[in-house]
Amino acid sequence: MFILDTLLHRLKRGRETLSYPQGPAPALPDRHGGALRVEAAKCPEGCKACVDVCPTEAIAARGSKGITLDLGRCLFCADCVATCPEGAITQTGDHRMAVRRREDLVLGEAGKEEVRLAAALDERLLKLFGRSLRLRLVSAGGDGSAEADINVLGTIGWDLGRFGIQFEASPRHADGLVITGPVSANMKLALKKTYDAMPDPKIVIAVGADAISGGPFSANPEVCGGAESVVPVDLYIPGWPPHPLTILDGLLRFLDRLEPEPARDAPRQGEDGDSLETRS
Amino acid sequence: MSRSSPFALLGNATSISWIEVPEWPAAELVRRTGAELDRGARLCAWFGVPDGDGTRLVAVIAFDADNTLAVARSTPTNGAYPSLTVTHPQAHLFEREVWEQHALTPVGHPWLKPVRKTAGDAPANGDFFRVDGGEIHEVAVGPVHAGIIEPGHFRFQCAGEEVLHLEIALGYQHRGIEHALTGGPHRVTANQMEAVSGDATIGHATAHAAVMEALAGTEAPLRAQWLRAIALELERLANHTGDLGALANDVAFLPTASACGKIRGDFLNLTALLCGNRFGRTLVRPGGCRHDLEPARLARLSEQLNVALRDVERACAWLWDAASVRARFENTGTVFTQQASDLGMVGPVARACGLVRDVRYDHPSGWYRLAQTPVAVWPDGDVFARARVRWLEVQRSGEFLQQQLAAAVDGGIREELPASAPDMLAVALVEGWRGEICHVALTDASGRFRRYKIVDPSFHNWIGLTLALRGQAISDFPVCNKSFSLSYCGFDL
Repeated sequence: MFILDTLLHRLKRGRETLSYPQGPAPALPDRHGGALRVEAAKCPEGCKACVDVCPTEAIAARGSKGITLDLGRCLFCADCVATCPEGAITQTGDHRMAVRRREDLVLGEAGKEEVRLAAALDERLLKLFGRSLRLRLVSAGGDGSAEADINVLGTIGWDLGRFGIQFEASPRHADGLVITGPVSANMKLALKKTYDAMPDPKIVIAVGADAISGGPFSANPEVCGGAESVVPVDLYIPGWPPHPLTILDGLLRFLDRLEPEPARDAPRQGEDGDSLETRS
Repeated sequence: MSRSSPFALLGNATSISWIEVPEWPAAELVRRTGAELDRGARLCAWFGVPDGDGTRLVAVIAFDADNTLAVARSTPTNGAYPSLTVTHPQAHLFEREVWEQHALTPVGHPWLKPVRKTAGDAPANGDFFRVDGGEIHEVAVGPVHAGIIEPGHFRFQCAGEEVLHLEIALGYQHRGIEHALTGGPHRVTANQMEAVSGDATIGHATAHAAVMEALAGTEAPLRAQWLRAIALELERLANHTGDLGALANDVAFLPTASACGKIRGDFLNLTALLCGNRFGRTLVRPGGCRHDLEPARLARLSEQLNVALRDVERACAWLWDAASVRARFENTGTVFTQQASDLGMVGPVARACGLVRDVRYDHPSGWYRLAQTPVAVWPDGDVFARARVRWLEVQRSGEFLQQQLAAAVDGGIREELPASAPDMLAVALVEGWRGEICHVALTDASGRFRRYKIVDPSFHNWIGLTLALRGQAISDFPVCNKSFSLSYCGFDL
């Protein structure tokens, strides 16, 4: 009877794929906090409180006053947010963080308080990849978490396939390489070979703090400090690991598949009950 | 204990002064460790500690039936010592690791080759076992696999479809975690512990916190221990659900595969509800937990948990109902009880071979001293048994959570941790969703880490997968591999 049971169950549950990006994006979990915003103008003279608590040296002092925060190294522990006496570092609750240039993840200077979100691919590549993008993933020292939250995009809740994005078994069939992990020295050769096996033109996407900068392992001599040490990177998606929504936003932004942005609500923070819901 | 042991005894998540650990010459340590294993002990860890010009071997063993751990060490040794593996195969990888890290040769070891050492830009794999013959062919898979999965190399010796032998070479994910801990803890240590194996964040973070608390001679507040148990069982639910779905997918049974893929995410979202991160990052810290479960949040978590448990019950009922699934799962990839015991396998894959071993029951620490759940066991050792044990654990973790969420304990969730005592050895075992996670820390005269040893359950279990494949069709490898669901990065460290 399981066929009947399965069919009935399916009918009862209806469509389980989220309406985003046609509908509004679901909110991140309230304690996630989303992307950070840094207003270094608020920094007191000589204060290094956040620099001293950051586990990955993502925060650097800028002279005697002010800081820069590199979201590509950030583990989103929010210790700096809690430590700052002036509220110079705040959580925006915004899931959007993907950028095209590494320096666009560095926050703090006037006019650069937040990430400068990724622009779409150029016209030629958009024509090639915009409606069909085949990706090959290589975990190079990854811990399995970013891999899991990329995998989840293939489930019925997210259904990445509806955007024409699919993961391929062979690099020969792939348009793009997704890299997770800080790139262990022991994976360097395999990563390079996978990249070389892909036909041109090709793109590279670094997912997570590990792949962008080495994350918490950047100081270990056994790792190479991120994807850029081996191949050129076209899209950076920060997080530790990034929430699936952040990854999806990055991919869609890259392919110019997002609807024009509606005005956003005020930053979500604290115990807002309704923001607890997210998709699987 | 029915008989006294020459080893120093200690409980899970406690510490012992380094000078109180009995020491013997290496050959004597091997002999005595073998004698303890013969009367039912299990090898949890076997590693080297540099001392002067030599290396001390340290053995950490568990007497499961007596709920007791025991440690002993050798005097500083150089060159070679008689291999323990010859008589007790569960030491095989530990001895290879010690050989690689400290150049101590276990004389008589049958397959001495690197574990994760680098050869420039790839691991030093060494020679593979080869079967000769005109009908024999070799299949090499990896390190990059056809899926969204971590890298490792698999070398099959086949006669037609049949696998005669499988050898697994890992090390590709090596990030130097243990090496970086020497002289620690550092500011980034707690984060690194959460990434030993990213899908077992809570398990490894809890083991690390327990070691730190034991070194400081304290415990986390009771409410923090309660929170850790809740997070650990949520982690188990998410991963077991994902594995059951993936097993269904590997035998092309799509209703359960697609449903479980989503429900797994529902469980991950419960962890995110608790701490903001779907994998539980930043929740567990030495001294306690960073986020509380206040009443409104707890009510919401309970409610959503019940929905997810109902969904997974439904999705898995289809799986157990389908004769086509049973036909593919039963008698596929069998590991016999004696093999599992000889190799020191742990966790659900050991319990699926009929071995009753579960740290939550055998060596309870933290909240598990106060609340227990029955050990899930199945006798057959095949893919079906491994799936079945996971399903039993989903049900039992679900019931455990429902009970414990209704039995919250009041109090704080984090206390300032005193400094670690000098020259102490602390051991913590945690039953992660893959099995026994073992962290051992030894401090120096200033209380910093002199040596930190991590044993992920995958370190014990990869060899089980190679045995499961013997005599199987090579096309059964994916479903066998998924039924073990082991960590590459946790092994490679």
